[in-house]
Amino acid sequence: MEFLQSIDWMQLLRCFVVGGIICIIGQILIDKTKLTSARILVIFVTAGVILGALGIYQYIIDFAGCGATVPLLGFGANLAKGAITEVQSTGLLGAFIGGVKASAGGIAAAVFFGYIASLIAKPKIKKQ
Amino acid sequence: MKKIGNQTIIFNTPPYILETSSIVGPKEAEGPLAKYFDQCLEDEFWGEKTWEKAESKIVKENVNAVISKSGVPATQIDYCFAGDLLNQCISSSFGLRDINIPFFGIFGACSTFVEGMTLGSIFVDSGAAQKVLCATSSHFCSAEKQFRFPLELGNQRPPSAQWTVTGSGAAILSNENLGKECPRITCITPGKIVDMGVKDANNMGAAMAPAALDTLITHFRDTGRKPSFYDAIITGDLGHIGKEILIEMAESKGYNIKNNYNDCGVLIFDKEKQDTHSGGSRLWLCSFSIFWIFI
Amino acid sequence: MDKIETKQEYLDYVDKKSPNSPILKNCFNAFLVGGLICSIGQIIFDFCKYKGLEDTACSTIVSIVLIGLAALLTGLNIFNKIGKFAGAGSLVPITGFANSIVSPAIEYKSEGYVMGVGGKMFTVAGPVLVYGISTSIIVGIIATFFV
Repeated sequence: MEFLQSIDWMQLLRCFVVGGIICIIGQILIDKTKLTSARILVIFVTAGVILGALGIYQYIIDFAGCGATVPLLGFGANLAKGAITEVQSTGLLGAFIGGVKASAGGIAAAVFFGYIASLIAKPKIKKQ
Repeated sequence: MKKIGNQTIIFNTPPYILETSSIVGPKEAEGPLAKYFDQCLEDEFWGEKTWEKAESKIVKENVNAVISKSGVPATQIDYCFAGDLLNQCISSSFGLRDINIPFFGIFGACSTFVEGMTLGSIFVDSGAAQKVLCATSSHFCSAEKQFRFPLELGNQRPPSAQWTVTGSGAAILSNENLGKECPRITCITPGKIVDMGVKDANNMGAAMAPAALDTLITHFRDTGRKPSFYDAIITGDLGHIGKEILIEMAESKGYNIKNNYNDCGVLIFDKEKQDTHSGGSRLWLCSFSIFWIFI
Repeated sequence: MDKIETKQEYLDYVDKKSPNSPILKNCFNAFLVGGLICSIGQIIFDFCKYKGLEDTACSTIVSIVLIGLAALLTGLNIFNKIGKFAGAGSLVPITGFANSIVSPAIEYKSEGYVMGVGGKMFTVAGPVLVYGISTSIIVGIIATFFV
């Protein structure tokens, strides 16, 4: 497989470590503050938007690739990046279009797959 | 019937607990108390489509079971007190709609069953009724769905979290014992709301323990009894943490309840084996040994 | 034990009595699973790139695939087991966002397809969109002053 040979293993390692560290931050928040998971998600997305807007998050993305874009911080940063880019091309209107436009794929996929899953799956009790 | 002390009612002819019945879910059936339940379910849906329908089926079947066990025809039961955790008490109202007994819907969350027994015994002792049916239910899945998160959500439960019991308890109170040996309710001490400011929804035992302590101490003061007067003092669902807190706090106030106190939430699940963290929740189980009943 | 008079004293006492979450073990699991999920994303990203797609398209595909996988695992009742083990490890990546949309959709199916699935789908994830999008709009408005 040519593709396997093309994988940058160092890049993958950086991705693993950075992604893992971001999750550790989340875990410490859960265990130390007793925040519910919805609040954790909100904190991460909002923090991502702010870090993205300040341009800090781009450095982490450049370093870790998906290790930075896959966590919700990346989702937030992407919203900010989209808003700023769109503002640069269309002005104030872009503030309202850019964010959702940049993350449209993820949101639409979550809604669609959620609906499909609800058609097929049945609620089931937890065993633990 | 008269009031003594601050908030205790003592009965002239203590009502009999004529018969009791219980149905529990599969997880409870794996617990150490399994052999004491009348019926254990094999799955949480019990052939129904939703958790709520399953819960009201559990109520319906359990009430039918207690009536047939007691030998008293349903037409001779004067009133029925029932409630559950869900909005508008839907499990109880749907579970009891075919039974044709005047119905009081009550909500006391964890204390619903004892609340029903309390009101029921006042009815019986006052002569307003001869036989009263009390019932309650809860369902882990419907409770999680209404109060916490969807079951499929991948979150972690902290070690202090408790596990809502799936099941139903029912009892018939009566002014006569029909020749059977029955426990009697001699007096009741309804408790006050005591909020010490615990905000953690995953640590309910700690939130409830101060109220339990307040009620216990009031009961001892009102009746002039000591903890050693009782064979057993039982609370509903304080869980492991709440139980420890209650024992220590009672001790600091000069009441030693170490020897005869226990908590149903601790008893119903095996903490190590079943991974319920801090024990079960829900008071209906106490039907068999409420601490005010002295046999 | 000391006498407990005030609410604060009681809260401190409760804090001492309540067992702590095993935070080191939880963090290790979160690191492992979180890192793994990101790495899967990276491999998908590299593959798209290898096929000649541009960066933004690759990122979007990574999101969609991971969300699809999370939805599938949620539907199969596997995701909550992973979540129990991994904690933030599966919550913080985009998979947690997907799970928080899919799980109420399944749970509230019993209340009908319009108000149940359609309406309750956002009970957990709704706030994420509200705060995420609103903040991004504010960022955009501020950005107009700098363009």
